Amino acid sequence: MGKKILLANDHIEGIRFLDTYRKNGGYTALEKALKSMTPEQIVEEVKTSGLRGRGGAGFPTGMKWSFLAKPEGVPRYVVCNADESEPGTFKDRYLMERIPHLLIEGMILSSFALGAKTSYIYIRGEYFYVARIVEQAIEEAYAAGLLGKNILNSGFDLDLYVQIGAGAYICGEETALLESLEGKRGNPRIKPPFPAIAGLYGCPTVVNNVETIAAVVPIVNEGGAAYAAVGIGNSKGTKLISASGHINKPGVYEIELGVPVEEFIYSDEYCGGIRNGKKLKAVVAGGSSVPILPTELILNTAAGEPRLMSYESLADGGFATGTMLGSGGFIVMDEDTSIVKNLYTFARFYHHESCGQCSPCREGTGWMEKILHKILHGHGTLADVDLLWDIQSKIEGKTICPLGEAAAWPVAAAIRHFRKEFEDFIRNGEHVNDVKHYYRLNNLTAPIN
Amino acid sequence: MSEKTILKFSDETAAIAKKIVARYPEGRHKSALIPLLHLAQAEFDGWLSVPAMDCVAEFLSIQPIEAYEVASFYSMFNLKPVGKCTLEVCRTSSCWLSGAEDVVRHIEKKLGIKEGQTTADGMFTLKTVECLGSCGTAPMLQCGGDYYENLTLEKTDNLLEALRAEGKARVYTNDNPVNID
Ligand SMILES: Cc1cc2nc3c(=O)[nH]c(=O)nc-3n(C[C@H](O)[C@H](O)[C@H](O)COP(=O)(O)O)c2cc1C
Ligand code: SF4
Ligand code: FES
Repeated sequence: MGKKILLANDHIEGIRFLDTYRKNGGYTALEKALKSMTPEQIVEEVKTSGLRGRGGAGFPTGMKWSFLAKPEGVPRYVVCNADESEPGTFKDRYLMERIPHLLIEGMILSSFALGAKTSYIYIRGEYFYVARIVEQAIEEAYAAGLLGKNILNSGFDLDLYVQIGAGAYICGEETALLESLEGKRGNPRIKPPFPAIAGLYGCPTVVNNVETIAAVVPIVNEGGAAYAAVGIGNSKGTKLISASGHINKPGVYEIELGVPVEEFIYSDEYCGGIRNGKKLKAVVAGGSSVPILPTELILNTAAGEPRLMSYESLADGGFATGTMLGSGGFIVMDEDTSIVKNLYTFARFYHHESCGQCSPCREGTGWMEKILHKILHGHGTLADVDLLWDIQSKIEGKTICPLGEAAAWPVAAAIRHFRKEFEDFIRNGEHVNDVKHYYRLNNLTAPIN
Repeated sequence: MSEKTILKFSDETAAIAKKIVARYPEGRHKSALIPLLHLAQAEFDGWLSVPAMDCVAEFLSIQPIEAYEVASFYSMFNLKPVGKCTLEVCRTSSCWLSGAEDVVRHIEKKLGIKEGQTTADGMFTLKTVECLGSCGTAPMLQCGGDYYENLTLEKTDNLLEALRAEGKARVYTNDNPVNID
């Protein structure tokens, strides 16, 4: 069994309620921090832990925290990103629904460390019942003196609120989230300034993912060094993986970073292998935005090393032969899957979710969706594949926020690794099942034959 | 409904709205806009008519246009009337690969409507939506505040019957406790 840090107690009945959570060691990190640690010491422990942002970008959390501006007399904010809308990702929902107090304890610790007196948890609107669970847990925490004035007689005050979104993937982008929290349309801001300097209401703000904030609890409890002892290379600690698609056991798994991908897919501890005895065809390893990889490249790197579930190993080979850990949304596809059809759902998604501020993203996502729709309905031409490649290549680096790239990468990777399947689909006007995969090591960056 | 109709929150809703406004610093009450639009949608028949949005703008002392431009940005806000139960079937990758399309076609056939339409009796509206964070329990649909997961065609039939019997979708307003255990 791999080591569990966040979900060690998730099976305990009633763990979502305060008394059960406390009976199982809950809020001891908060007591320890408020009694015996300074805010700076907490920031140091987080740095030592090597924790990286779990929302997708993997930025070192301790470093992000140390960038926070601290001008006199200006409030600072901690905002938790619980927008979780990247297709294939549902781990934050699980954590909030099962152990809401872990997030709340993490929010109090983070707010204490960063000097925030008011903090918000921004939850996507569709998770309405999850928001209610978190709000009920917050009420319990207030009643027990864990929130509000003079928390545990430490002199530290904190108000914590849930803010609900209303259906917009783009509000997961941190500056769009802040706009939304200010009661506006979720249009990402031009950076700089970064939120650490001018975030919510123009004040210094840290935005972190649910899982990142929750990880602060064990880091304070056991120390940053203990957390850093788990994992591999620069991928420290554990990661929640949302596993879905054609596997025997879909669900949320906490893995020690560094587990081999093959073990993750096939062992009974995790996904339990491919459904109905089928063969594996491809995996989207870190949420819809990251490059899809065919079997050969997801199980092993191009150099033939076993691929591991870690930031470095998944990225090995760059985009030519690698991918990214991203949000940990692990979508598995069996041999009968149409890559074209799957890509169409992604293209439609990004078109639907583009906020429309930048022309390459607004127009490019719409155009790609249209072409894929045409191919899917049997009207594609071989030139369409080159056109798709061309459009996606003109989005990257030309937009205000990374959604444009997130829309381009899946298209690029699908063509890079499965070009022949697109061509077969176009020639036949429908999906052609070919168990042979289209991975060509020699011609990876030049998809045009 | 004519442009001149004036809507007001009920006393209970106004009390909840006041509590929400108090979450933000002095002068930042506009932050309450999205939560209040949700309240308005729940109170005024599941959609945001112009008078419903005006009611929110008035409550927050902001310009009506500020409410309209936000309401039109977010996909959960309905700017047209909907049925008593809106069935929102996820159409993204994991769900689409696990038979969501069949669920949509099945509901279309069963209710005699197309995606985006409402049944003549005003009971059901059918929508397809993007990933709802339920990919491990695909295919799925949302109705009101509830998620219905691991759908089969048979389960979908049962759900339609149950919803019809109940007569409305369950929504979670801010003071309605959830019990999942
Ligand atoms: C289009 C887009 C969507 C995003 N969605 C999410 C999200 O749903 N949840 C999340 O935590 N981060 C999301 N992010 C990343 C955030 O911008 C930000 O990096 C993150 O919340 C920082 O927290 P972390 O360092 O703890 O990961 C998204 C980014 C982009 C560009
Ligand atoms: S890249 Fe797309 S989503 Fe991001 S700001 Fe530009 S138009 Fe909006
Ligand atoms: S793909 Fe349907 S819930 Fe995520």
